[in-house]
Amino acid sequence: SVQAHKEEDNPEKTMEVNGLAPVPNSYDYDLIVIGGGSGGLAAAKEAAKYEKKVMVLDFVTPTPQGSSWGLGGTCVNVGCIPKKLMHQAALLGQALQDSRKFGWQFTEEVKHNWMTMTESVQNYIGSLNWGYRVTLRDTKVTYENAYGEFVGPHTIKATNKKGVEKLYTAERFIIATGERPRYLGIPGDKEHCISSDDLFSLPYCPGKTLVVGASYVALECAGFLAGLGLDVTVMVRSILLRGFDQDMANKIGEYMTEHGVTFIREFVPIKVEQVEEGTPGKLKVTARSTTGNQMIEGEYNTVLLAIGRDPCTRKIGLDKVGVNINEKTGKIPVNDEEQTNVPYIYAIGDILQDKLELTPVAIQAGRLLVRRLYAGATAKCDYVNVPTTVFTPLEYGACGYSEETAVEKFGEENIEVYHSHFWPLEWTVPSRDNNKCYAKIICNIQDNERVIGFHVLGPNAGEVTQGFAAAIKCGLTKEQLDSTVGIHPVCAEV
Amino acid sequence: GKNEYDLLVIGGGSGGLACAKEAAQFGRKVAVLDYVDPSPQGTTWGLGGTCVNVGCIPKKLMHQAALVGSALKDAQHYGWNISQPVHHTWSVMAQAVQNYVKSLNWGHRVQLQDKKVKYFNMKGSFSDPHTIRGLTKAGKETVITADNIVIATGGRPKYPTDIAGALEHGITSDDLFWLKESPGKTLPSFILYVSLECAGFLTGIGLDTTVMMRSIPLRGFDQAQMASLVTEHMESYGTKFLKRCFPTKVEKLKSNRLQVTWKNADLDTEETDSFDTVMWAVGRAPDTKTLNLETVGVKTNSETGKIIVDASEATSVPHIYAIGDITEGRPELTPTAIAAGKLLAQRLFGQSSELMDYVNVPTTVFTPLEYGCVGLSEEAAVQCHGSDNIEVYHAYYKPLEFTVAERDATQCYIKMVCLREREQRILGLHFIGPNAGEVIQGFALGIKCGATYPQMMKTVGIHPTCAEEVTKLHITKRSGLDATVTGC
Repeated sequence: SVQAHKEEDNPEKTMEVNGLAPVPNSYDYDLIVIGGGSGGLAAAKEAAKYEKKVMVLDFVTPTPQGSSWGLGGTCVNVGCIPKKLMHQAALLGQALQDSRKFGWQFTEEVKHNWMTMTESVQNYIGSLNWGYRVTLRDTKVTYENAYGEFVGPHTIKATNKKGVEKLYTAERFIIATGERPRYLGIPGDKEHCISSDDLFSLPYCPGKTLVVGASYVALECAGFLAGLGLDVTVMVRSILLRGFDQDMANKIGEYMTEHGVTFIREFVPIKVEQVEEGTPGKLKVTARSTTGNQMIEGEYNTVLLAIGRDPCTRKIGLDKVGVNINEKTGKIPVNDEEQTNVPYIYAIGDILQDKLELTPVAIQAGRLLVRRLYAGATAKCDYVNVPTTVFTPLEYGACGYSEETAVEKFGEENIEVYHSHFWPLEWTVPSRDNNKCYAKIICNIQDNERVIGFHVLGPNAGEVTQGFAAAIKCGLTKEQLDSTVGIHPVCAEV
Repeated sequence: GKNEYDLLVIGGGSGGLACAKEAAQFGRKVAVLDYVDPSPQGTTWGLGGTCVNVGCIPKKLMHQAALVGSALKDAQHYGWNISQPVHHTWSVMAQAVQNYVKSLNWGHRVQLQDKKVKYFNMKGSFSDPHTIRGLTKAGKETVITADNIVIATGGRPKYPTDIAGALEHGITSDDLFWLKESPGKTLPSFILYVSLECAGFLTGIGLDTTVMMRSIPLRGFDQAQMASLVTEHMESYGTKFLKRCFPTKVEKLKSNRLQVTWKNADLDTEETDSFDTVMWAVGRAPDTKTLNLETVGVKTNSETGKIIVDASEATSVPHIYAIGDITEGRPELTPTAIAAGKLLAQRLFGQSSELMDYVNVPTTVFTPLEYGCVGLSEEAAVQCHGSDNIEVYHAYYKPLEFTVAERDATQCYIKMVCLREREQRILGLHFIGPNAGEVIQGFALGIKCGATYPQMMKTVGIHPTCAEEVTKLHITKRSGLDATVTGC
């Protein structure tokens, strides 16, 4: 049933009064979370701890190719998890090569079976989807596999796969709908191209692949596809890894080129046509130069679009409740407590304006938000010095400022950059590249040479970077770095 | 008269070379003596010391060979079609490792030359506080004088003295890395980390390996659970353990195999079995016997034989210093020797007054499932502060890569020991899992900055990694709750 409510005229008082006890009678739920991804689920599970009545709505609109998936959001289904597993498959391929130098013997020709890998990966993801459903059930969070959209104040309409509509009301809402891959808007893109949403469950080997884009998604996918033995080309409009330290981005590109990935720079596709049907079929791609009128053509089995992601905020009825969004990007601006311009509506995760699109950030934001709402906590999500890793064939871990941003903010004369190439010991015996791995730290001379940027390019970059991020959070200075003894022999000691 | 050199370093290992090269940077006249007494089995090697020749470097490379063997097994789950069975050839690995080590020996000689440090392949001993007598392999003698002398002769593996046949028939780590042929069925005996690491990679490359231990594994490391988790993993990995046993004799059989007899302390029985190789890893002894330290009055610890030094690495004799494994009370690690050597040179010749900080030195044991740690063990923290004043956060986690590979993650474990009071400063961090060294290094920095538990929790994790689990620790031992955590 629908109940009309006037907006609370004093939201702070309401929060205070309802700090510990659920709101009696007025609303169906204390909290409705729209989006069952990293941020949404973390927030919902946290709220259940404080005995709030919580509902999670999660729904996956199938891709143009028809792919869909279960509860858990991008990270679990079509992001971090399958990406890292396929990256691992590629790394294992490299290990196979190395292993001969370490004395291992086996048949000369080793081939990779896409289906075996994909099935294993999907099975694991399935177990995670299942795990989430069990956890929500155990924590008494109501879950509906339905598409949520606002229809009026405090009211949401949930539409399931069969088209059945239900209305629910809640005292508060958290929007955590995340994003979906962007399409080019050229002829043939939706009909013939795939995106990362499709790649991880593709029921056939993608074969000769063209990856369009230069985001970390593009490079990571191109990287592991090449590592599995596929012929991969990357078409880049301008620069690689926009927003990342460009010195490091170029090194990543160089490494990939040397390891079999072809880059076509300064071109954009203008049409994709099907030459042959099949799984995979054959596609003809026509592209135009960004610097002139030159046109090129190429034939590929698969075209993977990775040109960016757009927030799922346009069709969830935000106009009905007056939530402001950035009209151009679709992102939602929030204050430092993740609150939108409508006091009882919050937002977390990838849809936020000017915030990082990372799973751990969404989880942290979701949990802290809920603790502030229901447990009287005051801690806010700390978005500064959040570490990240790009899982390209040569992994890149970073925390803090890129060199360019540091120069811009502090001035070149006020920063000192310490750097070094290194050769991982494990690469010596198999004679792998001896000058590709690289580490650099950026220090603020005026602040006791405080470390404000950390960048490392090498194996296990994520494992290496994590601890440094903790140290940077503790205000690490160059002197403290120098006086810390290294662990030998590991890459991190560099 | 004037001394020939500003600095003479006895021992061309990690510490010695670092000290010598640093001193040379200040334009000083520096010489290094390095000499390797062959092992009882006759093994010898080039310039660079233990780490480069018979320690960290070959150990990590052979550990990598074993890890890569595991990767081959995993690879099939990830879609790689490798025909079984897969076979490992010792000589291919050993040759590759030995070639790399030799390139490092060469590299060190070139570096010394470039930095104008004089190198003598001679065995040194003291004639007086400023005079060293150097002896070549052929017996030729040279006298060298120096203003300052640094002793960095390191240690060598001990042989058990009370077991018949131990010296004649057993090998040590000094020999293992230089074997041209496979050691076959091996018995690395006793349990210091050296033994476990070697047993680990020997098992990993497919050799039948048994570890015999008299008492506790990994003495000196966290016993509360880290040591046993490491050995438990090794057992499930295939290494055999003979616990609470000690050998009484080793005999050579007609077949050239070795017959080992041992006592089982629990069952009070005597048992025997035959092996291809018996390796002793019962500890290392400082290499000071032939230095003639008594002549010049350099004091050593009567029990350990190690040289006693103060916070500035000075011995009891002015102008004579000591660094590295040979010094009493210091960690036996390459990076500390290097750091100490460099700082010493900077104090002697560079007007620095900075002393080496030996507190919170991180380290890693490269067993099949690696164990990295920094700071206090749980028992040391309890002893120091009392169990009421410490809080231990812990978690059993599963590396993502183990899922598809269907690997057992039972011993993948993290523990953070903190002070309980308000600030919750971190006293120790312990991590068992893949790439433990890479994980711990950065956190060691944090601990050097006085990291607290709240600061760790404020640090956002990198996803998906194993290291992020450290930033998510929230279950305490005190609570008694199940510490198994799930990734996502």
